[in-house]
Amino acid sequence: MTEQLTILLVVIPLLSAPITAIFKNHLLTWAITLSVSIVCFAISGVILAEVIDGKHVIYELGGWRPPWGIEYKIDSLNAFIALIVSGIAVVSGIFSFRSAPSEIDTTQSGLFYAAFQLCLLGLLGIALTGDIFNLFVFLEISSLSSYALISMGRKRQALTASFAYLILGTIGATFFLIGVGFLYAASGSLNIADIAERFSSFEDMQLVVTAFIFILLGIALKAAIFPLHSWLPNAYGFAPSTVSIFLSATATKVSIYVLLRVLFDLYPIAYWQELLIPQLLLVLGCVGVIYGSVRAWQQVEIKRLLAFSSVAQIGYIVIGIALLTETGLTAAVLHLFNHAIIKATLFIGAGILVYRANSTKLSDLRGFGASMPWTFFAMAFAGLSLIGVPGTVGFVTKWYLLEAAIQQSKWIVVGAIVIGSVFAIAYVWKIVEALYFNSKRKIHIQHVKSGDINIPSASKSMGLALWLGAIACLYFGLFTNIPFNAANAVAKALLGM
Amino acid sequence: MIDYAIPAFLPFFVAAAIALIIPHKFRFALILVPIVNGILLYTSGLNTANISWQLHNFDIQIMDVDKLSLMFAYLFHIACAICLIYAMHLKDKLQLVSGLTYAGSAIGAVFSGDFITLFIFWELLAVTSAFLIFARKTTAAQNAGIRYLIIQILSGVALLIAAIMHFNDIGSYDIDFVGLGTTASYLFLFAFGVKAAFPFLHTWLTDAYPEATPVGTVFLSAFTTKVAIYMLARTFPGEDLLVYIGAAMTCFPIFYAVIENDLRKVLAYSLINQLGFMVCGIGIGTALALNGAVAHAFNDVIFKGLLFMTMGAVLTRVGHVNGSDLGGLYKTMPKTTVFCIVGAASISAFPLFSGFISKSMVMAAMIEAGHEYLWLMLLFASAGVFHHAGIKIPFFAFFAHDSGMRPKEAPTNMLIAMGIASGLCIAFGSYPWLVYHLLPWDNVYQPYDVTHVLTQLQLLFFSALAFVWLNKQGLYPPELRSVNLDSEWLYRKVLPATGGVLHNAMAFSLHMSKRTFLLFKSLVPKMHINEGANAATLTYRMVIGFVILAVIAFITEIM
Repeated sequence: MTEQLTILLVVIPLLSAPITAIFKNHLLTWAITLSVSIVCFAISGVILAEVIDGKHVIYELGGWRPPWGIEYKIDSLNAFIALIVSGIAVVSGIFSFRSAPSEIDTTQSGLFYAAFQLCLLGLLGIALTGDIFNLFVFLEISSLSSYALISMGRKRQALTASFAYLILGTIGATFFLIGVGFLYAASGSLNIADIAERFSSFEDMQLVVTAFIFILLGIALKAAIFPLHSWLPNAYGFAPSTVSIFLSATATKVSIYVLLRVLFDLYPIAYWQELLIPQLLLVLGCVGVIYGSVRAWQQVEIKRLLAFSSVAQIGYIVIGIALLTETGLTAAVLHLFNHAIIKATLFIGAGILVYRANSTKLSDLRGFGASMPWTFFAMAFAGLSLIGVPGTVGFVTKWYLLEAAIQQSKWIVVGAIVIGSVFAIAYVWKIVEALYFNSKRKIHIQHVKSGDINIPSASKSMGLALWLGAIACLYFGLFTNIPFNAANAVAKALLGM
Repeated sequence: MIDYAIPAFLPFFVAAAIALIIPHKFRFALILVPIVNGILLYTSGLNTANISWQLHNFDIQIMDVDKLSLMFAYLFHIACAICLIYAMHLKDKLQLVSGLTYAGSAIGAVFSGDFITLFIFWELLAVTSAFLIFARKTTAAQNAGIRYLIIQILSGVALLIAAIMHFNDIGSYDIDFVGLGTTASYLFLFAFGVKAAFPFLHTWLTDAYPEATPVGTVFLSAFTTKVAIYMLARTFPGEDLLVYIGAAMTCFPIFYAVIENDLRKVLAYSLINQLGFMVCGIGIGTALALNGAVAHAFNDVIFKGLLFMTMGAVLTRVGHVNGSDLGGLYKTMPKTTVFCIVGAASISAFPLFSGFISKSMVMAAMIEAGHEYLWLMLLFASAGVFHHAGIKIPFFAFFAHDSGMRPKEAPTNMLIAMGIASGLCIAFGSYPWLVYHLLPWDNVYQPYDVTHVLTQLQLLFFSALAFVWLNKQGLYPPELRSVNLDSEWLYRKVLPATGGVLHNAMAFSLHMSKRTFLLFKSLVPKMHINEGANAATLTYRMVIGFVILAVIAFITEIM
């Protein structure tokens, strides 16, 4: 039964996307998208419940036996990622009910939601497949649809941002494909499990190292690991609000997932330890944390600020991976989840600001928190999670990350995390300060469709999405069992314990 | 019988939150909160449920019930009810809300079963009570409030550090006997000592309490110090050092109290003096002494509250409580005068008043434990109390020379509150078992025997004689407007002065390091805010990354 469910995760959006593209009615297309997301979320939940105690669910596409055919092999990591992706899709779906009509031409809403579903499909597919070439195909599906989604942003810079992302994303995908091709030439197989099993027989070939380097660089670009991050701020900053929420919370996370698969399942750990990859990643992670936080602190616009903060948060995840211990990996996987929640919540807040004030520039929003205290409160709470205040999700991961670093006496890493947190306080404070403290001149809002000119009214669906996120930040910060157990199971499985 | 099964502090916090929203005319309903909650708690008694809450891998024990914690909880309920009645005339919501949360925090603190929970309530006590000082809205009060807050928070931080070190030593956060020895235990003693106003750590009390609002001081006198006494009784019973600290605490405030002009400051000093008796009792550590200490805490809250209430009434009506400028108020404030005299009699431990039944326990325990010299100190202190609190307060405020002022009698609600407190003082004094049946340790003690009563009466009447004689001879220190130096001089004068010198020295080195920092900062590449995706640069980086990785791969291969 569960085997059949896995393929549904991919098939349902695949079928519904073209259907959605036919319609032009916003309400209808929105309803289809939301129900698809909810169904995917439910299925992911069922699958995660099935595999969390270490079982595998295997689905063979078309009935072909694995090394020849494509297989979907679900363990706790796959299911965990699928759950994050589809969960965020539901939240951004709820949010888009009001946001999408205000930002996207109504004649295009069918296409917009079709692209959204395709993107969801691609990300879910990456998370599920056990075949590395199939993974590339899904990577391209999600990337191509996200280029289209980003280009739909209101400002004209969205087009250049999308184009730059297209070129870079294609370079990244090409690197990945070249790597896969080399690996296929060496091993004669595309199945991850199969390659890993027979790895020792072709280990000595030059081609394998080259393939590894290509794959690693390709994914690093997709995952926006410092210094290959610079497409990210523009792409997320200029995308429509719904897309910013969805992509910021999922796209880089899924790429990190691919990185985990490649590092721990495709290649043996000892193999890339010889190539000094852990040390490299650790350095890049630390620099990324500090760099991202500092740049975020310099920004004057909320969306870009959040995007740079994502660069820093990815740095934390990379540090967790590079520490190569159970605690470190648990922290990294847990942070995939936690950061998805936090960043989605904050981008929802930014989306509400766009909807209500038609601007996310900090200088335009001075004192705006007073006219929307609940939104401001939820955003401030998510900001506290980003800093890592005890009682929020951010604290849990930072705690484990610090613990892992201290266990190995890597004091430089500890220092980098602390410096990153200090700057996190600084950039979160920038948002709070701008929204909370009144400016001397009155804020003036233009081109807002709803409400009167001073205080446009907020919508309930947006508030719902925002508070779902904020409550999740609190709930999973206090009751850490569910995500922690899942993440710990994943870490153990990856390390082969 | 229904067993009490919610965290006992919760009704107070909820009531405080409700008090914020409801119209001010419904404030009378707030009095019901401590009364109903207290009755429920009393009927439930030891059957009250222990509550703990699993947070991550850590157990927070919110309700840890035994006879000792129950006794303090009853006390705080009574005190809170009286304080609230006393505060009913106020238009100021802030004081009601902070008073309620303050009382709630105190109750939370006595029921907490581990040091982390305690720490939370400990800090809440500090923060909530500070508003009772700020509410006076004078510059002096603002400054005193800030100093108060700094010291109280410092105590909380010391407590947290001590709890963590203690956890490292024994692997548990549970509140239990600690005993001096480790560094952690000295830190604990410091943290509790600040709140219990140990000598040299006491200055926040005499500094802040006289600056608080009339109502605020009544609240303040009831909770903070008693929570500290409770914690000392839990963690350091029988610690020898405490006997000496306590004896010192009973004696030194007398000298300050006698020369002090601000009558509420006199009471603040006498509060320290009373705390000294309790600390002594805890230090002796026998069942009798510990019972005496907690019973004295119980009585002290009520009679010291009563005295602060009478002075608060004077402050409300006259606008100041300087002994030099008061006098003759009994003509227009007769009821307040009577209540003040009841409070004075209680604090001086007249037989049939509440102070007598508990203070004599500590004195008796002191003799039993064989500290004759310390016993003499306590005896001296008892006489001193009678001087400064028992005679000086009522005498200078209500009698002495006629100041010519004819203020109105205190507001009715104040009179009711003072009446209740006076009633309790006499009831406890006349029927000691009312207090004794609550005492946690097993011990039978009979306060009313010939020796005790005679000793006490001799002491009191001879010191009254001394007062009269000194006053007639003009030897008694007159009430003067003056500044009395206490150890707070260290941090209010010496420290800032030293700081000034250090500041100048630091400024130079700061300037130098700033220049060095700017030099380094100019080396960091400047990034434009909008610098972002440049496809060419990023492609470059990919290439460079590829080359680096390939080189590393090559090197590791040939090595």
